Amino acid sequence: MMKDITLGQYFPGNSLLHRIDPRMKLVLTLCFIVLVFLPQNWWGLLTVGLFLLLVIGLSRLPLRLMWRSTKPVLFLVLFTSVLNVLYVHEGVTLWKWGFIHITTGGLQSAAFIAIRIVCLILGSSLLTYTTTPTALTDAIERLLSPLKVIKVNPHELAMMMTIALRFIPTLMEETDKIMSAQKARGADMESGGLVQRVKALIPILIPLFVSSFRRAYDLAMAMECRCYQGGVGRTRMKQLRTALRDWLALLVYLAVGVGIVMLNIYFGKTLK
Amino acid sequence: MDMLRAIDLRFDYTYENEAPQVVLQGVDLAIEKGSFVAVLGHNGCGKSTLAKHFNALLLPTGGQVLVADMDTAHEDNTYPIRRLVGMVLQNPDNQLVSTIVEEDVAFGPENLGLPPAEIRARVDEALAAVDMTAYKDHSPHRLSGGQKQRVAIAGVLAMHPDCLLLDEPTAMLDPQGRREVLDTLCRLNREGMTVVLITHYMEEAALADRVVVMDEGRVVLDGTPRQVFAQGERLATLGLDVPQPTALCAALRQRGVDIPADLLTPEECAEAILALIQK
Repeated sequence: MMKDITLGQYFPGNSLLHRIDPRMKLVLTLCFIVLVFLPQNWWGLLTVGLFLLLVIGLSRLPLRLMWRSTKPVLFLVLFTSVLNVLYVHEGVTLWKWGFIHITTGGLQSAAFIAIRIVCLILGSSLLTYTTTPTALTDAIERLLSPLKVIKVNPHELAMMMTIALRFIPTLMEETDKIMSAQKARGADMESGGLVQRVKALIPILIPLFVSSFRRAYDLAMAMECRCYQGGVGRTRMKQLRTALRDWLALLVYLAVGVGIVMLNIYFGKTLK
Repeated sequence: MDMLRAIDLRFDYTYENEAPQVVLQGVDLAIEKGSFVAVLGHNGCGKSTLAKHFNALLLPTGGQVLVADMDTAHEDNTYPIRRLVGMVLQNPDNQLVSTIVEEDVAFGPENLGLPPAEIRARVDEALAAVDMTAYKDHSPHRLSGGQKQRVAIAGVLAMHPDCLLLDEPTAMLDPQGRREVLDTLCRLNREGMTVVLITHYMEEAALADRVVVMDEGRVVLDGTPRQVFAQGERLATLGLDVPQPTALCAALRQRGVDIPADLLTPEECAEAILALIQK
């Protein structure tokens, strides 16, 4: 069961989106989040939606991936939509029954929120689908490098992320092994109430902790053997270079943003 | 020139309010450049502790350790020594740092602060040397034990060391993985690399030019595999076996068969027996 968990969500490919510099992709994703919150009317939202479809098209990812990333948040989407329907009382009342009070305004803002959340999820999952975890940590390390001024060490942060990513599958495997070993000794993990099940986890977590510390000790030694002395004086094999296309992509995002602001001004604020 | 040299090396762990635990009590050992030395000994005889001294991971509490004439006790020498002596540990899972094979191999040279093009060249060269080029984009956890250990060796090779120090690198591997690792080591040694292999397996030690046997923190036997394994009884008192072919010959000699006592490989043993039968 543990083996099914994939690391990150990277989907290999060679599309335009895959080739954009990971740093720029991170920035573009942040830009996209802003774009999603910019529109104040349906025209703006339509622009964001169409733009997102265009980007998904450029990524050449199979559409089922998009469904896969939306599925887990459907409940959240539904929940916020229902709340909006129930609590926004504007426009024409369509239906009234006890405290339930459905208005056109409520339905509109429910749809607006739902579309926003879906766009948000799809836009940010595109980042993890088209970028390897290593490229992502690398990008974070380099984007955060100005933080050195306030004594935050981005190299150490990135190193921790890399090691965590590296050891997730190893520890998963180990958990599987320990579970089998405890089951072989008669541990019962499938029955009983919540409290009992949580208690049943203790004999799994303790050996897991002990072995993690042993691994950490070994890893530290192996890293020292390979002359690791922190980020100082370290170079990288893979250099990140921004190409013209990265800047063009940023320009496109900015243009869309400007477009939405114009639409906001032209059509006015019809939605919240 | 001696690659590694221990002069009356002593080491003990001291804990508060306890008598010090003596691990090494006067090891004298010189390992020549280009040689292939196997270090044998039962658990707790101090062989791993000795290995850690050759990498400046531990510093002697008495005596001296020289790596290419550099004293390990001198702090300025620590990193030059670690670059010269690459160490590979027992558990391959615990020594790989990155989620991609080639980036893991690049870890060492990156720490040395080399220019990117040089790192790239070294990584490709090291992966080719352990025959793992085809897996350079893979994630380490998808590899077999033997492959992971070869990636670990490549990670060390990329630092261009003069000596490889391996602390039971095959203990967690299946027979196939063990063969892969040993073939790699033998080939590297033929190409001039000094190899120090700490092991539990007598068959592996038989591949070396020289076998050093340790007991209670001292070197007790030192010689070619033939010389050392011919002393089966002595090894038994030290808690060690001899390779199976040697054991077979010893058993035959006990029954009065005239067969040499220093045969190591199954092939040699088979030939000697065949010669006896045909006589």
